[in-house]
Amino acid sequence: MNNGLSSKYKQRDLAIGLLFISPWLVGFFLWTLYPLASSLYYSFTRYDLLRPAQWIGFANYIELFTDDPQFYTVIYNTLYYVILSAPLGVISAFLMGALLNTKIAARPVFRAIFFFPAIVPTVVVAVVWQFLLNIQFGAINSVLQGIGLPVIPFLSSPDLAKPSLIMIYMWAQGNAIVIFLATLQDVPRSLYEAATVDGANALQKFWNITIPMCTPVILFNLIMGFIDGFQSFTLPWLLTGGGPSNSTEFYALYLYRNAFAYLRMGKASAMAWLLFIVIVLFTFILFKSSARWVYYGGEK
Amino acid sequence: MNLRVPVNPLQRTTSAEIERLRKLTPLGWLTEILKYTVLTLLTVTYILPFFWMVSSALKNDSQVYVVPPIWIPSPAYWENFVNAWASQPFNLYVWNTVWLYAIPATVGIVLSSAIVAYGFSRIKWPGRETLFYLCLATMMVPFQVQMVPLFMIFKQFGWIDSFLPLIVPAFFGSPFYIFMLRQFFMTIPAELSDAARIDGANELDILFRIILPLSRPALTVVALFAFIGAWNDYLGPLIYVHDNSKLVLALGVENMRRAMMFNSTISNAYPYLMAVSTIVVLPILIMFFFGQKTFIEGISMTGIKE
Repeated sequence: MNNGLSSKYKQRDLAIGLLFISPWLVGFFLWTLYPLASSLYYSFTRYDLLRPAQWIGFANYIELFTDDPQFYTVIYNTLYYVILSAPLGVISAFLMGALLNTKIAARPVFRAIFFFPAIVPTVVVAVVWQFLLNIQFGAINSVLQGIGLPVIPFLSSPDLAKPSLIMIYMWAQGNAIVIFLATLQDVPRSLYEAATVDGANALQKFWNITIPMCTPVILFNLIMGFIDGFQSFTLPWLLTGGGPSNSTEFYALYLYRNAFAYLRMGKASAMAWLLFIVIVLFTFILFKSSARWVYYGGEK
Repeated sequence: MNLRVPVNPLQRTTSAEIERLRKLTPLGWLTEILKYTVLTLLTVTYILPFFWMVSSALKNDSQVYVVPPIWIPSPAYWENFVNAWASQPFNLYVWNTVWLYAIPATVGIVLSSAIVAYGFSRIKWPGRETLFYLCLATMMVPFQVQMVPLFMIFKQFGWIDSFLPLIVPAFFGSPFYIFMLRQFFMTIPAELSDAARIDGANELDILFRIILPLSRPALTVVALFAFIGAWNDYLGPLIYVHDNSKLVLALGVENMRRAMMFNSTISNAYPYLMAVSTIVVLPILIMFFFGQKTFIEGISMTGIKE
């Protein structure tokens, strides 16, 4: 029968399709699903790698929320960092993309300069910025001292350490700048021409055409910024090591310490699962809110 | 080989630019001046760290700690690059980073991601979209959730102090690169595959003989990103590879910095650290310089809206 034949073909296609994606599928079970389940189990245990894991119920979670003052510091630091770095990163990248999209000479040169920090090894970023922002002989403070101004304790003051990290994060937003520029160049000229005919000025065009046309990409970059921000590890680990006085002890740093310095794998797993839940929630809320502010070109 | 003489794009845009500037009104001029002022300030900000790095790499101890700072050291100590590089087994670190980690991982990521992306784009099968979204959703899983269990698995396998924990998973595809390649594969007309199927080619033939040769730019992007990702990786080797003879560059640089912080008697500490940093950045700069178009197109591709 025709029906049987087509279902036989469908089955064959399904088999071939699954065969092709099987590397990812197997990897998904091995490197994602199993670790997820396993760390959920460990989050209910006491485990130091040396002795077998011991079931202790919710004790790790209870300890985190009731008996670990450091945990709240870490949450505060992380939220401070994420809530500022993700939107500021998107806004600055968008504005720089828009600037590059205007009629300028040597656009590829500027684009290359703004992009490059994104692919520099984080270790080098940390080493160079640490020197650059050094309170005594860093370039910026040496200049300030040279002209008789007070120095700025970028990395040695608890108040400025987080903003300094956010500044360096924004400096390395090359990916987002390039994505925004490409999106801006794709906005149909006819939209601007029609608006010009209707008497719109440059600002109105920017607000009513440019921004709405970029909202899907803004959403994409915002979600990426939040996910990266919550997991931020290497730069603060190398640049400030969590200091001064714990002001840059972010979630991922404290989690790493619990796992590999204090060998508290159970507590670290509990922290990891809480982080996972928060990231899923944040992403979900952003997606939900996107119905209100993201423009999908009329095709829903 | 391409023997045409390339037109300098810089020159071309510049002359068009001059033509345009000629026709500007006073208000237009003001905007132009403002625009280029902002661009110049931004450029200085973006370049300053690199300039400081290279400039400091050429100093000696009596030039590094001077206020106000010396921007262009004279004399410049070019030998710092040689001495700094020799101060630690950096050649070994480069070998480890490239041959033990970056190249195997890159081969794994490109090969597996291309095969998976093919299954997600060039064959129609029920449930494809659902699984693809699941694949994308795994990007939300923070590395920290996998970190502890994976460490234990690899410890049980006896893989700690080897690069296997970083290489083997690379052969199972990476969601981000699967996504990029899928986006690219979708732009290739379906007729090409259909014609090949009529001629009796199987799906593997189509992938390796038609799709991959047509996708060289996209594959290059993925390879470049994967290679640079491994070259820059710090956290992975930090967790899995502790053996001193297997250190990667990123950890080598970090060890050098730590040694310097805990021992203030090391001479030329900052210049050497900056010299090594410069050498570590250089291959990336060269790759970027020659592959700029590929880089930019690849990243633009990830922003394509569905």
